[in-house]
Amino acid sequence: MTETKRTDGRKSDETRKIEAKVGVVPNADGSAMFSFGDTKAIAAVYGPKQLHPQHMQNPETGILRVNYNMMSFSVSDRIRPGPNKRSTEISKISEWALMPAVLIGEFPNTVVDVHIMIPQADASTRCAGINAASLALAHAGIPMKDLICSVSIGKLDKQLVVDVDKDEEDYEEGEGATDIAMSFLVNENKMTHIQLDGNISTKELKEAVELGRKTCKEIYEIQKKALKESIGGEE
Amino acid sequence: MTKEKNASDKREVVIPGEVIAEGDEHLPGDGTKREGENIVAQRYGLVEHSEKLVKVIPLSGVFIPRRGNVIIGQVRDISFNGWMTDINSAYSSFLPVAEIPRYIDKNSLSEFMDIGDFFSAKISSVKAKGIDLTMDGRGLGKLFDGMIIFINPNKVPRIIGKEGSMIKLIKDETNCKITVGQNGVVWIKGENIEDELFSKKAINYVADNSFILGLTEKVQEFLKKEKK
Repeated sequence: MTETKRTDGRKSDETRKIEAKVGVVPNADGSAMFSFGDTKAIAAVYGPKQLHPQHMQNPETGILRVNYNMMSFSVSDRIRPGPNKRSTEISKISEWALMPAVLIGEFPNTVVDVHIMIPQADASTRCAGINAASLALAHAGIPMKDLICSVSIGKLDKQLVVDVDKDEEDYEEGEGATDIAMSFLVNENKMTHIQLDGNISTKELKEAVELGRKTCKEIYEIQKKALKESIGGEE
Repeated sequence: MTKEKNASDKREVVIPGEVIAEGDEHLPGDGTKREGENIVAQRYGLVEHSEKLVKVIPLSGVFIPRRGNVIIGQVRDISFNGWMTDINSAYSSFLPVAEIPRYIDKNSLSEFMDIGDFFSAKISSVKAKGIDLTMDGRGLGKLFDGMIIFINPNKVPRIIGKEGSMIKLIKDETNCKITVGQNGVVWIKGENIEDELFSKKAINYVADNSFILGLTEKVQEFLKKEKK
């Protein structure tokens, strides 16, 4: 595999600068900010609280409800605010990615609401959103099995790269760009979500998943640090 | 309420999924789970080891009602046999007339408590369909006048202190009557509004600085400094 320099000079297995912070929304029960370079996500968690409409209540377990939205100024062309086809889909995907980690079975008939906002987008927003949501859920004191870490692996022509940005997502030479978003339960080493956009061979996909697994371990350390340090700051 | 025994030890912050103790000699307590040989945290909080038991003290989260909790609630609606109440929790709560240890005219429940009134009560049962309250107990009843403030329910044990030491200190220094509900609702009543505001300030100070060791001394200093 030839080592081609990426547009922003990163190595193929290097992520953009990651920043994570918890407690950014004072009125929420738990909140977090997570960014990959210029991609920024803010997640706020409310609950467990009473679920309305009542017909959605589940007497066996609490439910998780994720709401993903891009802010109108997050991209260079203004996007119409409010739910659309894309954001509805990502909301559901994020919900499924987070669900295996949260243990809300002991709160029947309730809901845990997660609101993910993207104030600035430069590709991989769903990964940043899931990472922020996982931090916010932990910060809100929701019982969890593990933290969820998410990363996007790209394939530019034949080169696998970690953490795709907007320029790379639009790469058109050779085989073009493939974008694979994936999420993991880090300590159990299990995958909770994978999405693929583009073309890739099975062999390369396996390589991509391994690369994602490795990168998520790095992300996990950053998340862990963010959660642990938020207490030290109040001391 | 809190075990201050290990207060001198540095408490460690844990995140969900983190291994907090290894080996068979430990027992998993609240907020933890045994996974094979290890004890793994399930919540974000501080670890507390008391002999063999390992547990996580949560720092955040909503109020989880338990039987026997003394809470402060507000009347939301009146039905023919009791009051629908709001106790700052995910579940609906009900206070039946039969649970009030005095005579109430069943035809005019609003004469005892009307919509919007605050009261202190105890949780008598937590069921799938909701929470039942009772007023049978010392110091429980309707709250008149005073001021209601809301704090994080996880900080309540710190506000009360070891065997009520912290709350007693604040009560004595500010000349206020204070009732702290386990649901994070605090009722303060003093001679005048200045005293009540002073109490509020002190309670918020304790809630904001709940990680400091030797908090009681710090609060004493704070009260002395602020009192003028």
